[in-house]
Amino acid sequence: MESRPTLAVWKFSSCDGCQLSLLDVEDDLLAIADRVQIAHFLEASSATVEGPYDVSLVEGSITTPEEAERIKEVRAVSHALVTIGACATAGGIQALRNYADIDDYVAAVYASPEYISTLATSTPIADHVDVDFELRGCPINKKQLLELVSAMLQRRKPSIATHSVCVECKSRGIPCVMVSHGIPCLGPVTQAGCGALCPAYNRGCFGCFGPAETPNLASLESWWRNLGVDEKGLQRALATFNVEAFRRQRERANTAHDPD
Amino acid sequence: MSEPTRRTIQTDYLARVEGEGAMSVRLVDGKVDEVELRIFEPPRFFEALLRGRSFLEAPDITSRICGICPVAYQMSAINAMEDLCGVEVSEPIRLLRRLLYCGEWIESHALHVYMLHAPDFLGYDGAVEMAREHPDVVQRGLQLKKTGNELMIVVGGREIHPVNVKVGGFYRAPTRGELQTLVQPLERAREAAVETVRWTAGFDFPERAVDCELVALAAPDAYAIEQGRVVSDHGLDIGVQEYNDNFYEEHVARSNALHSRRTDGSTYLCGPLARYALSADRLSPLAREVAAEVGLEVPCRDAFRSIVVRSVELVYACDEALRIIDEYEEPDAPAAEVEPRAGVGHGATEAPRGLLYHRYELDSEGTILDAKIVPPTSQNQLAIEEDLRQVVDRYHDLADDELKHVCEQAIRNFDPCISCATHFLDLEIVRE
Repeated sequence: MESRPTLAVWKFSSCDGCQLSLLDVEDDLLAIADRVQIAHFLEASSATVEGPYDVSLVEGSITTPEEAERIKEVRAVSHALVTIGACATAGGIQALRNYADIDDYVAAVYASPEYISTLATSTPIADHVDVDFELRGCPINKKQLLELVSAMLQRRKPSIATHSVCVECKSRGIPCVMVSHGIPCLGPVTQAGCGALCPAYNRGCFGCFGPAETPNLASLESWWRNLGVDEKGLQRALATFNVEAFRRQRERANTAHDPD
Repeated sequence: MSEPTRRTIQTDYLARVEGEGAMSVRLVDGKVDEVELRIFEPPRFFEALLRGRSFLEAPDITSRICGICPVAYQMSAINAMEDLCGVEVSEPIRLLRRLLYCGEWIESHALHVYMLHAPDFLGYDGAVEMAREHPDVVQRGLQLKKTGNELMIVVGGREIHPVNVKVGGFYRAPTRGELQTLVQPLERAREAAVETVRWTAGFDFPERAVDCELVALAAPDAYAIEQGRVVSDHGLDIGVQEYNDNFYEEHVARSNALHSRRTDGSTYLCGPLARYALSADRLSPLAREVAAEVGLEVPCRDAFRSIVVRSVELVYACDEALRIIDEYEEPDAPAAEVEPRAGVGHGATEAPRGLLYHRYELDSEGTILDAKIVPPTSQNQLAIEEDLRQVVDRYHDLADDELKHVCEQAIRNFDPCISCATHFLDLEIVRE
């Protein structure tokens, strides 16, 4: 009788990069496979085991009517359902369609738009089903993925920081790229997790991990203005892999400040 | 007159490919009537969402098309933008790009050879299952893959969606010392790659051949990776700027992927078989020696043997990375200055799966007005279907389960990347 806990990996609209992170833990992969039964992971194996599953990792966003139904089936067979990566937690870069005309988008890419079945929006998994934990990143960080899987299997809360990238720069001793080089950086409003990767390469953070807890966007706006980037420029910089999460964050902040 | 016997064989989700697709085969009286690959990976509309973005954003945005070959997308986008803006980068920057790309070839080929493809030949469902009986072999593959990833981390900042590349060059050029840390792992990886060639060459192969035109980039003095002319074994030899005049895409109802054809409507194939056929003489001496040792002929038209060709390319990528590191001189500036121009630019590179073409139209501010991206799996889709038809013709007397397995294997021979091609697999075999 198989007694190991079961892990399933599911894909929705995405680039496969976050589930690839599970195969990228080369030194630990076979050890994980000894302790966990990888019961459904089509990118890695043709063998599948029937659910229910102890932990489901979900990659990708909901962009088609079929996906909106399939995620409910995944929820129904999962004890814990956790989403991995910016597509699953925020809708991904493909959520830019939420602010455009989908018919224009289809016509721009396909000669026969009538063959295409798509939703007008790309939305995070949590808009459709209950999610037990969201792991941010475009792509996710594989050390955080290992922590998440271990925590879920031990049925404890994962230890994942929600502070900003600035804290990671300080702890790595990386000089602030805005202060010392005048490079616009999204680090102050972006959640940690990458290890302050871009500043370590003399580049401003571009927001792969989405909004940090209580980001001060107004303060960032004035910083960027002083560096010669107008509000439109900042909005464009925020409108990438986590566009939907930053927009919702802004709406919540506006509602909180609105006396009505 | 007897009733025709009809058989339908179907796979709903093809495993061990990147992305989602299905296949169906219809046989009437044991003859193949119809073969279809259906790509139902949902469209993400990259070419549309790029409109209105800055030309500088294209490498980071297009890398998100594929988590397995992000560097390919970054490099093709960069080539197109630099073509358009008239930028020539210094030799150290070109070599650093080639080095980063070697990392992606090592990572992607090791993933495909060991985790996705070899289990087919040895009768396992996947690498984890294979590891129970062949732990040392799977560990070798994982170490190779890890070395490719380490190379991408040092040069690109991270292995998936690297952060250090930009139009004009890099944000920060690695130091000689940083690259030296890669020498020992790469030397071990090169030995593992040589063992990989010997291991895969010993698999059982059905003797078969694809007969379509083979298309790849080629360069005069090196095995083409990050740049080259578009050439074929039928005499095509054009600059990347002429790509659109020689190939076109069509949209068919069954698939969210566009199908590419030559302008005369014919089918062609890109990827390892094409590269090896056109440029094997430009591989490193060690890669050529190992290929000769295992009897890998030039050209190799057997898609099942693509696993051996990929393994030879693994040897080459390790060898080439070591050569670049050995000769590396830090560039004076990590990037060239780039000023946008209005116009149209073209870029193509050799993704691990084959030719990847980008075309952009910019205004004078550098805003993207139009984008066209043709990934290798779109280009290979017709060739895969034609090959599948021949495989079914040859193996139609197998039981459905066995036939289905052979068909799935035939598809995986081409290392289809469905996430990329959407604009790919269920396997369905219908016998009528």
